[in-house]
Amino acid sequence: MSGFLNGLKAGEWRGLILGAVIVALAATLPRFDDGFYLSISVNIMLYAALCTAWSLFSGPTHYVSLATAAFYGLGTYCVGLGIDILPYPLLVLVAALVGALVAGLVGAMTLRISGVYFVIFTFGLAELVRQLVTWTQTKFATAMGLYVFTDFNESHIYWMLLALTAAVFLTGFLINRSRLGFAMTVIGNDETVARHVGIDTARAKIILFMVSGAFIAIAGAITAPRYTYIEPPSAFNPMISFLVVIMSLLGGTRRLWGPLVGVIPFTIAMDFISARFPNHTSIVIGLAFFAIVYLLPNGVTGRLEQLWTKFRTRKPAEHGAVAEKQA
Amino acid sequence: MSAPVLSVSHARKQFGGLVAVNDVSFDVNEGEVIGLIGPNGSGKTTMLNLISGALSPTDGEIRLAGERISGMAAHQIARKGVARTFQLVRVLPSLDAEQNVMAGAVFGHRKLWGREAHELARGLLDLVGLAGRGHSPVSALTYIDQKRVELARALAADPRVLLLDEWLAGLNPSELQIGIALIEKLGREGRTIIMVEHVMDAIRSLCGRCVVMNSGRKIAEGDVDDVLSDPEVVRAYLGDDDDA
Repeated sequence: MSGFLNGLKAGEWRGLILGAVIVALAATLPRFDDGFYLSISVNIMLYAALCTAWSLFSGPTHYVSLATAAFYGLGTYCVGLGIDILPYPLLVLVAALVGALVAGLVGAMTLRISGVYFVIFTFGLAELVRQLVTWTQTKFATAMGLYVFTDFNESHIYWMLLALTAAVFLTGFLINRSRLGFAMTVIGNDETVARHVGIDTARAKIILFMVSGAFIAIAGAITAPRYTYIEPPSAFNPMISFLVVIMSLLGGTRRLWGPLVGVIPFTIAMDFISARFPNHTSIVIGLAFFAIVYLLPNGVTGRLEQLWTKFRTRKPAEHGAVAEKQA
Repeated sequence: MSAPVLSVSHARKQFGGLVAVNDVSFDVNEGEVIGLIGPNGSGKTTMLNLISGALSPTDGEIRLAGERISGMAAHQIARKGVARTFQLVRVLPSLDAEQNVMAGAVFGHRKLWGREAHELARGLLDLVGLAGRGHSPVSALTYIDQKRVELARALAADPRVLLLDEWLAGLNPSELQIGIALIEKLGREGRTIIMVEHVMDAIRSLCGRCVVMNSGRKIAEGDVDDVLSDPEVVRAYLGDDDDA
């Protein structure tokens, strides 16, 4: 562990400390409000965890996964099915394992094929899992849904989601500094080069997809007590998959904290819209998608970075990069 | 004679009805710089792709130091010690020059990481003539400098066999002299190199031996001067006499 800390650069230290301060401040939120603001903060925290976990994989690979609802729903169902049998923390662990396992299987089957097919396959997967769960329940169980009774209140769920988000960030941070992270950067740049420098591209992608799937399943397991009554249409709601893609792309996936920039305003906006215009949410999502694709292909953070680079290169050359360009 | 480090026997690659490489065999010895030449479309790059694993042969086999590598995935072959450059230079645009070179050292059989990988990359950038330019974004580098980065990346893997696919193409005359001198230096250091090249001066001054391909077949092999004066090689490059 000390070896790991020794290798940290000043900027990384600053990032870690800033992150710790933000987590500590965020943890005090339930002290101030336990109504509307806490409720919307739970939503924000949920999507912060989901989007950051999604971007761990989809950011560097540019593979758009619509399987978020599948992993999330599996996590919820792990809790729904096991709440009377196993202690809750163990169920969260089971959810992580199930998420990783399914991601591994799907990854092994699909990550060798090209991006477009991957999108369709992951979307199909979420629907398939939902149908399977529905079928199993109608066939072998008496009721469509499952009751989840726990002692957790909204604050507990908020804290657990905050801890999960922090864990996702820390994992992303560690991956970025590791060989795996470097491999993903090389793959994102040029997959042919990646293979020829000795990177097992399929394996790297599968590992990352599993990490991402596990975190998403944990998010499902954490929010399960919030539903009280779990049924397939809510647990495997495809809207979750779409919202995660939109929010992540809005924020930008090039930086670890990029998705967060999309999550916070979008969750608040969605809350406002679904309260005032409940029948028009799909229109808003559709328009948001167009706007992101056409106006912000690299997200808000990507756009900001672009502007920053432009600003810097306009200043007199201090870096040598400009001088070289003219040579 | 010691066993060849790379041995290609009866390699064949077929794309549908097109046979791009047809029953080609040749050996490369340790420390040898060998030229792979032939007219456009003769299958040289495909041959290189078969060795590096970018493509796998339809038939025949390729052995590296006695071990069969044909049929392995490109990343496995890279880890066994085959590194290459590409016909159209391929650098990693979001990384700087030093990180580009590091990519070659981190995942190959060397498996360097951290400071060691950085130091190796800096040393290799010195070697290829880019000393002190490690933190330039590669997109800001000139074409020859990008080629240098790519060569340094291939060298970072400390390959047993280095494949250069027209590494000298597109350079102006003075750059060409620098490029030739660089490969010569690598040859003197004992690197085993297979170079696909159209620049005959480079082949003459760098290669002890060359293999000539035409329409997917090997039509000649041997000492460079002998091979280049071989009537069949001349015919492949210049065409048949019409006064038959």
